[in-house]
Amino acid sequence: MVPTNYYLMLSAVLFGLGIVAFVFKRDIITIFMAIELMLNAVNLAFVAFSQALGKPDGEVFVLFVIIVAAAEAAVGLGIIILTARNRRSLNVENVNLLKL
Amino acid sequence: MSTTPILEYLWIIPLLPLLGSAINGLLGWKWPNKLVHSVALGATGLSFACALEAVREFFANGQQPFRKEFFDWIVAGNFRAGFDLQLDQLTVVMLLVVTGVGFLIHIYSTGYMAHEEGYFRFFSYLNLFMFFMLILVLAANYVLLFVGWEGVGLCSYLLIGFYFLRKSASNAGNKAFIVNRIGDFGFMLGMFLLFRTFHTLDFNALFAQAGPLPSEAMGQFGTLTIACILLFVGATGKSAQLPLYVWLPDAMEGPTPVSALIHAATMVTAGVYMVARSHVLFMHAPTAMYIVAIVGCATAFFAATIGLVQSDIKKVLAYSTVSQLGYMFLGCGVGAFSAGIFHLMTHAFFKALLFLAAGSVIHAMGGEQDMWKMGGLASKIKVTFWCMLFATIAIAGFFPFAAFFSKDAILFAAFNAEQSGKVLYAVGLLAAILTSFYMFRLIWLTFFGKSRFDEHHVHVHESPLNMTIPLMILAFLSLTGGWFALPALWGGKNYFADFLSPILGSGEAAAGEAAHSLEINLSIVAVVAALAGLIVAWRMYRKDVKQGPSTGLHKLLYNKYYVDELYNAAVVSPLMWLSRNVLWKLVDVGVIDGTVNGIAHGTSAVGDTVRQTQSGNTRSYAVWVLVGALVVFVIIFWPVLKPTLFGAVR
Repeated sequence: MVPTNYYLMLSAVLFGLGIVAFVFKRDIITIFMAIELMLNAVNLAFVAFSQALGKPDGEVFVLFVIIVAAAEAAVGLGIIILTARNRRSLNVENVNLLKL
Repeated sequence: MSTTPILEYLWIIPLLPLLGSAINGLLGWKWPNKLVHSVALGATGLSFACALEAVREFFANGQQPFRKEFFDWIVAGNFRAGFDLQLDQLTVVMLLVVTGVGFLIHIYSTGYMAHEEGYFRFFSYLNLFMFFMLILVLAANYVLLFVGWEGVGLCSYLLIGFYFLRKSASNAGNKAFIVNRIGDFGFMLGMFLLFRTFHTLDFNALFAQAGPLPSEAMGQFGTLTIACILLFVGATGKSAQLPLYVWLPDAMEGPTPVSALIHAATMVTAGVYMVARSHVLFMHAPTAMYIVAIVGCATAFFAATIGLVQSDIKKVLAYSTVSQLGYMFLGCGVGAFSAGIFHLMTHAFFKALLFLAAGSVIHAMGGEQDMWKMGGLASKIKVTFWCMLFATIAIAGFFPFAAFFSKDAILFAAFNAEQSGKVLYAVGLLAAILTSFYMFRLIWLTFFGKSRFDEHHVHVHESPLNMTIPLMILAFLSLTGGWFALPALWGGKNYFADFLSPILGSGEAAAGEAAHSLEINLSIVAVVAALAGLIVAWRMYRKDVKQGPSTGLHKLLYNKYYVDELYNAAVVSPLMWLSRNVLWKLVDVGVIDGTVNGIAHGTSAVGDTVRQTQSGNTRSYAVWVLVGALVVFVIIFWPVLKPTLFGAVR
């Protein structure tokens, strides 16, 4: 049986990678994938805890996260497609109208 | 089984006009005039009928003062002010005067106001006034009385400013309201003092406590004297006595039925009623009584002199009202409370009649109020003329009209007063001569001589029946209203004083044989005085007189002793200066606006600085989110992190 620590470390590494990509990449689709990566890192931690404690709570949360992620993907991809159409670009540096 | 249905539900008497007011005020704006005045007249008429029934039950009960506590209104600690109504002899008089005269004036108004804008508004206010006035006279404690007191003040304000598009009318309304505030301030202080001393403001409880106390000496300013003087300050405001009378002549800006109902017959007599109601307190405070007598007497004379030369028919009557109210206070001040109330009642009849008849004259003249532009109306408006003449004879005090009895009772009591009675009597008598003079001057200028108006433009016409019938009823009352005291002439009982004696005491009833012949002699003197005024007026005005140039004393009187100008210079102007230069330009602009604007500017400056972080760059937002998450993480795990980070160092 794999110790829980290993799962958690993998989860932390994945989450860290997600953050790095989220902050430093400029491509909207990459940023979007970074978010998915972070979500799934968290899912991994949930499942690991669920297994370690022998309780189903964590797995229930994972289901919720997957559902929210699916919804988010639908909306997010819609926004991305519109952005791409309107601006002919997928660079976030160009999406900066929201300021005073 | 209860044999006193109305007494048990005494609240119905004031409630009916309140309902009428609410119905007309809320729904009447699109109703035809007929429906509006049906509601108003119905409410007042029913109220009058209920009052009559209540009085019948009162007599059927053997004149037992009735009192009922309907519900608690304010309860705080040992203080209780309830919605308590009472009906005793004094209330009976006031109740019948208010509902009866009020009803007649309502009828009159249907004719007088028929072509005015805001018909429903007028009747709504008038009914509201009836409600508050009835609360005032039925109240069984000072707090509830004060509710009515303030309420009638409000209605007075609303009705004086009825033609609110006219600047002078709205100014007059403001003046009445503000001057009354000064009086009410005194009234409230008086109530506070009474509560501090006796721990109750209920009439019965208060008077029961005050009754056995020793009377304060003349010239002594004890608690009771101070309280009574403060109450009287309230009365001078409401009842237009020196020095607060200035609002009443200006109040003539209101429609004439309002002048008749509020500023002659009922509201302005509230001060007299309140003083009479508090007579137990006043009897213990001779100094306060003396002040009441002097103020009343001075007002009676002072206002009468102004009335001598006024040219506006309503202004003459207004100063006459002030003067007659002075008589009532003179009566109260010398201890003849029932004489004061008697004069209050007769005055309500003949002064309401005078105002209504004057209104009829104004109506006939198409709105003209200047007597110098009238003349020769006697043959053209006969009913109005005869009614006005009746009222004039009544107010002048000729036998056997109403004021003969009531004014004589007051003057007789003044004559017998312990403190400077002869002086009070002499001034009162002088005022009686003046009264007779200015009233007959009014008659001659208005109804006799050649007409001084353009007959082609003014179509003089008699008023419709709904205006003249109230005049006739009031004329009848002006004639007979004093007959309660008729038997006193041949040594019998004065039924009016007798009726009120359980409440007001029988101070002046102790009339021996010598006193009786003295009273007869004084009556004769009074009639001679009235005759003197009549003759002087006749000699001066029987010929076709022209309005001469105003000089000397005449000018001083015509300008009302410049009291308004004096008050303006002494009170209004400094107050305006203070408001404009200190309160407005310093406090309002500097402090208040400064604070508000300062906060706004501060917020704006902070926003300007902080908004720099809103760069529009998505990735910088991401970093902020990350930083925030880190901070939250550190805060949550601080207990774990602290030993890890710093524990190792040690």
